[in-house]
Amino acid sequence: MIAELGHFALILALVLALVQAVVPMIGARGNRMALMAVGRPAARGHFLFLLVAYVCLTWVFIQSDFSVQLAASNSHSDTPLIYKITGVWGNHEGSLLLWALALSGWTVAVTVFSRHLPEAFMARVVGVLGWISAGFVSFTLFTSNPFDRLLPAAAQGRDLNPLLQDPGMIIHPPLLYMGYVGFSVAFAFAIAALLTGRLDAAWARWSRPWTTVAWVFLTAGIAVGSGWAYYELGWGGWWFWDPVENASFMPWLLGTALIHSLAVTEKRGAFRSWTVLLAIGAFSLSLLGTFLVRSGVITSVHAFATDPARGLYILALLVLVIGISLGLFAWRAPKLSGGGSFALLSRESSLLGNNVLLAVACFAVLLGTLYPLFLDALNMGKISVGPPYFEATFVPLMTPVVILMMIGPFVRWKGDDGARLGRMLWLSALASVIAGGAVAVAIDHVTWRSVLGLTLAAWVLIASVQLLRRRLGERPGAPVINRLRGIPAAWWGMWLAHLGIGVFVIGVTMVGSLEQDLDVKMREGQTTELAGYTFTFNGAQRFAGPNYDAETASVTVTRGDRRIAVLTPEKRVYRAQSMPMTEASIDVGPLRDVYVSLGDQVEPGAWIVSLHFRPFISWIWLGCILMGLGGIFAATDRRYRKLAERDATSPVGAAAQAG
Amino acid sequence: MKPRSKRLLLVAGAVSLLVGAVALVLTAFQENLVFFHTPSEVAAGKAPQGRTFRVGGMVEEGSIQREADGLTVRFVITDMAQTVPVSYRGTLPDLFQEGKGAVVQGQLGPDGRFTATEVLAKHDENYMPVEAQYALDAAQMQKAAETVQQ
Repeated sequence: MIAELGHFALILALVLALVQAVVPMIGARGNRMALMAVGRPAARGHFLFLLVAYVCLTWVFIQSDFSVQLAASNSHSDTPLIYKITGVWGNHEGSLLLWALALSGWTVAVTVFSRHLPEAFMARVVGVLGWISAGFVSFTLFTSNPFDRLLPAAAQGRDLNPLLQDPGMIIHPPLLYMGYVGFSVAFAFAIAALLTGRLDAAWARWSRPWTTVAWVFLTAGIAVGSGWAYYELGWGGWWFWDPVENASFMPWLLGTALIHSLAVTEKRGAFRSWTVLLAIGAFSLSLLGTFLVRSGVITSVHAFATDPARGLYILALLVLVIGISLGLFAWRAPKLSGGGSFALLSRESSLLGNNVLLAVACFAVLLGTLYPLFLDALNMGKISVGPPYFEATFVPLMTPVVILMMIGPFVRWKGDDGARLGRMLWLSALASVIAGGAVAVAIDHVTWRSVLGLTLAAWVLIASVQLLRRRLGERPGAPVINRLRGIPAAWWGMWLAHLGIGVFVIGVTMVGSLEQDLDVKMREGQTTELAGYTFTFNGAQRFAGPNYDAETASVTVTRGDRRIAVLTPEKRVYRAQSMPMTEASIDVGPLRDVYVSLGDQVEPGAWIVSLHFRPFISWIWLGCILMGLGGIFAATDRRYRKLAERDATSPVGAAAQAG
Repeated sequence: MKPRSKRLLLVAGAVSLLVGAVALVLTAFQENLVFFHTPSEVAAGKAPQGRTFRVGGMVEEGSIQREADGLTVRFVITDMAQTVPVSYRGTLPDLFQEGKGAVVQGQLGPDGRFTATEVLAKHDENYMPVEAQYALDAAQMQKAAETVQQ
């Protein structure tokens, strides 16, 4: 009954999505207010019915109603409640429903928070989002209905994949989806602007906070996913260049380029075509990510089902989106003029340089991810592209990005004087080379990579302090606290996010330089040393969890005479699927993690134990947190609200500013 | 400088940056491709020596042996037609089992033994690594073709 109710709500949601897609668009074309006004209530109704469908599905999981196919395949009556709830999106059908729900949530948010937008523009934004949503809801209904019944009902469910029974997995998919889907808002703004023919500074300003928020979600989602892989997969790596990770990283790279390009379009009216292309690209890559992950062309923990019909449907959707939007762009772009001119040495050029490099980096990931699939599809052999390729490309591509990122904020818009910049920056550049080299010597690991990474990180830290001092120097005389408070949130956002990159680089460099791993066979009472820590194996014991049986080992970690921690890595076997799983145990610290995971029992009483030492790995996540915080600051700048009020009173005046 | 030549310089700068970066990407790509070979191809000598590649198939029943140190594992990868002996030192993935699919990455020694640096198994009980499945299918088709010819 509940399942049918959910199914019915999903059908109604599709109907409303179509209304939302068609009616406001027609209204915007003929400038008919009554039709345009349909958009908002339709979007809200659409959201409401998707919410009902989603709640129904969750209820089915909580009730362990195994007459519903999806629950029978992905839940179990012994599964802890929280994993029953998150199990809803731990599968293909449910995660699509979450995708659609997130999209309609974004749509409603746009109708609420961007009320000041001109009616015709808003109607088109809502219409474009309606089309995307109709595409996804129909995909769900026709190829992957989550409410399909299983007759006769299963007596017991097959349980959620144990890898997904983890706190990280509770938040990773929703965050990632909010990010993916968020770029559809940036996309809808770009398409609406193309349709309206007003790609101006006002458009960029309206689009900016939404794009930034989507980027924050994506950043957080990727960071949580990486953290999950680190502690759940049991061998201490934090990024594997796995196609599924790449699928989320590509829109992130283009999205990063997009938020910077939008800044130029807003401030200077330049890069307009490029910004539109980036918005289209970021969203297309989000769709591509969904396609790659969901179609089963990649086997991974994310490929829940291998059904060619589904892959084809998303591929068709992808081709439609890219085709239509690029066609529209080709039709409208000739009308765009260049925008404000700028000199070779200017903030615009530095942002342009970064945009080019980020786009190339995205292309590199795309090539490494798609080329093997492409060859395979044409039956031209099987190849794989591993981490060495990505490392070989990313270090040289990201080095100039970081350098430009630090120089950029010092450079003036329109044009600047090279000598002025040189006088300002030579000292900090020199200081960071010395600092980077000195730290590399101090940690006794002098390679070109460690020196480069540490120098860049030092440069980010030093130049950030310098930038803040300059900013404060703009209002001499006033008390420091007032001067600090006078700096707009958007500036703090930029500063924090860039600082986050520096912290992130420290983490990556230190982990890459100093990490240590050791696999060793241990018996009760034996000790092993790694990186100055002593590990004593205290044996293993049987232990029964709610839906698994485990062997829990106990390992005491000491350093000198000091006891650091007692770690308890587990080897679990989940009962429903009799699937073994390694559960690592980590002592997390600000400067290092000590990580132990339990391998096989090779002889009675003797276990393989994997020991990992990870210096500064928390700094990787800390860097991501700073970037995310920066994004939040940037999106909540008061300026957007003030200007929104002004746009509402005189939309023409705001639009005319574009130089 | 005239505005026009400035603009030209800017475009030239951006384009050369782009070309350089793309060239870098493509070279790195060329150098780091890892090819996949089936056990039949390895047996036929089609796999390179001294270069990293992947082999996939089934872990032969009864072939897993641990050496005295407990860490080095020897096993045999088969596509049901030919076999490749493999040694690997390290922790095996949770779902690595005899009679199940696996893909190994590493190098082939002169003695015909494959030294793996990485072992991939499937992610849950349903799915076989695509490459392992491919090796089995290819060998089976080969066999079928030979039967027809006879």
